Amino acid sequence: MAKPARKVSVSSPTPVTARPTLEELDRLIHERLRLAIVSALAVNDALSFSELKQLLKTTDGNLSVHARKLEEADYVACRKYFDGRVPKTEYRLTAAGRRALERYLDHMEALIHATRER
Amino acid sequence: MTSPLRNPTPALHDRAMDNLRFIRDTMERAGSFTAVPGWGQVAIGVTAFAAAWLAARQPTPLAWLVVWLAEGLLALAIGAATLARKARVVNSSLLTGPGRRFGLSFLPPMVVGGLLTFALYFAGAQRLIPPTWLLLYGTGIITGGAFSVRIVPVMGMAFLALGTGALFAPQSFGDWFLAAGFGGLHVVFGMIIARRHGG
Repeated sequence: MAKPARKVSVSSPTPVTARPTLEELDRLIHERLRLAIVSALAVNDALSFSELKQLLKTTDGNLSVHARKLEEADYVACRKYFDGRVPKTEYRLTAAGRRALERYLDHMEALIHATRER
Repeated sequence: MTSPLRNPTPALHDRAMDNLRFIRDTMERAGSFTAVPGWGQVAIGVTAFAAAWLAARQPTPLAWLVVWLAEGLLALAIGAATLARKARVVNSSLLTGPGRRFGLSFLPPMVVGGLLTFALYFAGAQRLIPPTWLLLYGTGIITGGAFSVRIVPVMGMAFLALGTGALFAPQSFGDWFLAAGFGGLHVVFGMIIARRHGG
């Protein structure tokens, strides 16, 4: 499907402090496990820590480190609550996270189109 | 970001393909993606409520039919646009991916529905038009959604149930059944699909 390349605004109106740059934005979800977390959350309303762990076949430590990175970037929202006495952690994709995934998909598509046209 | 675009090597191309495949695989494994656009359905549902209201106020059967046919075209446009947009999210081309499968199974009952509409109208059997639409639309959703997440064929069955009701109801109930089906079922199932199955 041909479409115009989406403009990515580098200058965001939000404070620069916590905002990663464009290069970092890409790398943030380029990493395999983080890309998998974002992709899985994109097709689910919410997933618990254990659901994600099972789905992505990873370890507690690995998942929590990468989920934390996405959380810090505001790509996923994390909610901790008690199910009876069992503490649960639930993740959701934020609007910023969904945009980041779409941007990443655009980037990959652009790369593929660019090689095809040569 | 632009430098790799200007001079992409085959290796980059392969990696990009690989990344896309990885995303799609993960989404499929995460289990609940459907090409059916939830928000599109909600929008279609809202326009159907308006159409039912408008159609019920038309003085002639022809004007009534025109209102619903216009609504059908509008719904088709909304559906196609939102389906294309949603397919893009997983980079599944409409012509090769689940969208194609859905379209091929969904289209025949719609064509039959169109033919029967005119046949029934000219035979003076306007009463049978609403149940015909609901039944054939439900059939299309069930066959098209057979490979989709379960909620899609369930929605199709709800349309069949309403269509069956409409079949035995008096003509004056026609618009109510259409509003309940194309309006109510679309909004309710559309919201569920949008929230749980990727938009």
